[in-house]
Amino acid sequence: MSSIGSGATAARGAVEQALRGRRVDVKGKAFELGLLAALGLSLLILLVLLYDVFSGGLGVLTERGGEFLRGHLSPIPATAGVGQGIQGSFLMMVFVVALAFPVGIGAAIYLEEYARDTRFTRFVNVNIRNLAGVPSIVYGILGFSIFVQVLGGLTGGESVMAGGVTLAVLVLPIVIITTAEALRAVPDSIREAGYGVGATRWEVVRSHVLPAAAPGILTGTVLSLSRALGETAPLLLVGAVTGFLATGSQSFVEQIQGPFTALPTIVFSWARQPNAAFRELTSAAILVLLLVILVANAAAIFLRNRYDRRW
Amino acid sequence: MVRLDPSLSRTRVDTPLVFDIEGLSVHYGAFRAVRDVILPVHQRTITALIGPSGCGKTTVLRCLNRMNDLIETARVSGTVLYHGADLYGRGVDPVEVRRRIGMVFQKPNPFPKSIYDNVCFGPKIAGFGGDMDELVERSLAKAALWDEVKDRLKDSAMSLSGGQQQRLCIARCIAVSPDVILMDEPCSALDPIATGRIEDLMQEIKSEYTIVIVTHNMQQAARLSDLTAFFTAEVNEEQDRRTGVLVEYDKTEHIFTNPSDERTENYVTGRFG
Repeated sequence: MSSIGSGATAARGAVEQALRGRRVDVKGKAFELGLLAALGLSLLILLVLLYDVFSGGLGVLTERGGEFLRGHLSPIPATAGVGQGIQGSFLMMVFVVALAFPVGIGAAIYLEEYARDTRFTRFVNVNIRNLAGVPSIVYGILGFSIFVQVLGGLTGGESVMAGGVTLAVLVLPIVIITTAEALRAVPDSIREAGYGVGATRWEVVRSHVLPAAAPGILTGTVLSLSRALGETAPLLLVGAVTGFLATGSQSFVEQIQGPFTALPTIVFSWARQPNAAFRELTSAAILVLLLVILVANAAAIFLRNRYDRRW
Repeated sequence: MVRLDPSLSRTRVDTPLVFDIEGLSVHYGAFRAVRDVILPVHQRTITALIGPSGCGKTTVLRCLNRMNDLIETARVSGTVLYHGADLYGRGVDPVEVRRRIGMVFQKPNPFPKSIYDNVCFGPKIAGFGGDMDELVERSLAKAALWDEVKDRLKDSAMSLSGGQQQRLCIARCIAVSPDVILMDEPCSALDPIATGRIEDLMQEIKSEYTIVIVTHNMQQAARLSDLTAFFTAEVNEEQDRRTGVLVEYDKTEHIFTNPSDERTENYVTGRFG
């Protein structure tokens, strides 16, 4: 009996020994450390950037507050503010929302739900992707030659309208691509279910595909809005004002056909000022821009979650 | 190829024909998926399509309500008569076809909406003007789901179990009062208890609808169906491609106890497939 017992104990000991890890996974550890370092470096750069902007700009915002947000462009640092930039950026976003969203979403729905899969549609798809990769300065040149020069009579030349339409064209391919991806993510089983009970293509798209894709479409479009908010180069070409801008009591039409500036343009123009006081103002303007973009992105997330919770 | 004698089954089943399929072939691009199918389907019967994977059962089923139209490369030849009218004739609207010939899919696919909205979508688009609440209740009751969901009709259909979801899909199909219900392996994603409930349900609604079911489960075909069609895949040696053919079509009891084709016998006795 005892020999069986001790034999069993010995066997268990051997198993325990064998199960115990002996390997030191050097490559695995090194890989993990490398990944951690990459993450750390990215975070570090971001932190340095934020620290730089906050330390420079927070003072201006806390001291001048609302007055800075309402103030006009001015060569005098003590009274210069970003009010006209906020207004210009906002008006241009109205153009982006009114033009790029319906056209982009419409084009994507056609490509995904209606167009047959031919060589031509594949060619179109590839080229929309290429358009999304075109540097924004190129859109600036396009905007200048078409919306400022050729269509100057309508847009008023170097105006909010010309800038807004240029930004709308700039984000159009992004809107199409993100919408198309959201539509592609809707499972075909949902479409089949709709057709199976005798729905037409329009009924399937309207009642099932679009609601299912809406959160994705919404996120993509709002993110493209953030992209448009931050664009600087094309606006400079379309003639965003960097120096002094006189805006008084104008009608809405005069406003959108008149000279304009935008938040990123103000950042650009102040950053070039030799006066040291403008350095703080630059940081403060960047903070305002970051805040606006943050709010837009938060709105995207909020809307998506709300939509998702409906079922 | 063994020639099938369609008159064989016609003489033994005395209800009128709903579908009369002759010389049906389907191509996907250059690939021929099934060829030369002859299949009369009788009213208020359950017809089972059985056979190994890749033999074209689902393809044939999807021809019956023009679901193959949704696949761009699909090409259908031959004739599919529905109560004598050519389903693929000129001017036939697939949407009208599908309102009369409903479908239940392999994987339960409720809309990501409420239970109520799932059932009422079909009638709504068909212009139903009566009492929608009553119709929803009646459809869910017929699909043996009403008692389980009557207190939470506004809940998401996604909160139901797989078996309940499939019964909801059946209710959704019934709600448009179809003439025919096509079922593409409706129980393959379900456990035996849920499968049993759906089989009971099919037996109950059989008196009102013509049902065509594709199944991998031979016991299911034997238990449920009145007529069974056995398909198999012919392998084309040169192109290494498989084309589905109908081997035998007869009363279910004959197919399972006394098949006239050796391939059918091999399949139903488990020697092949």
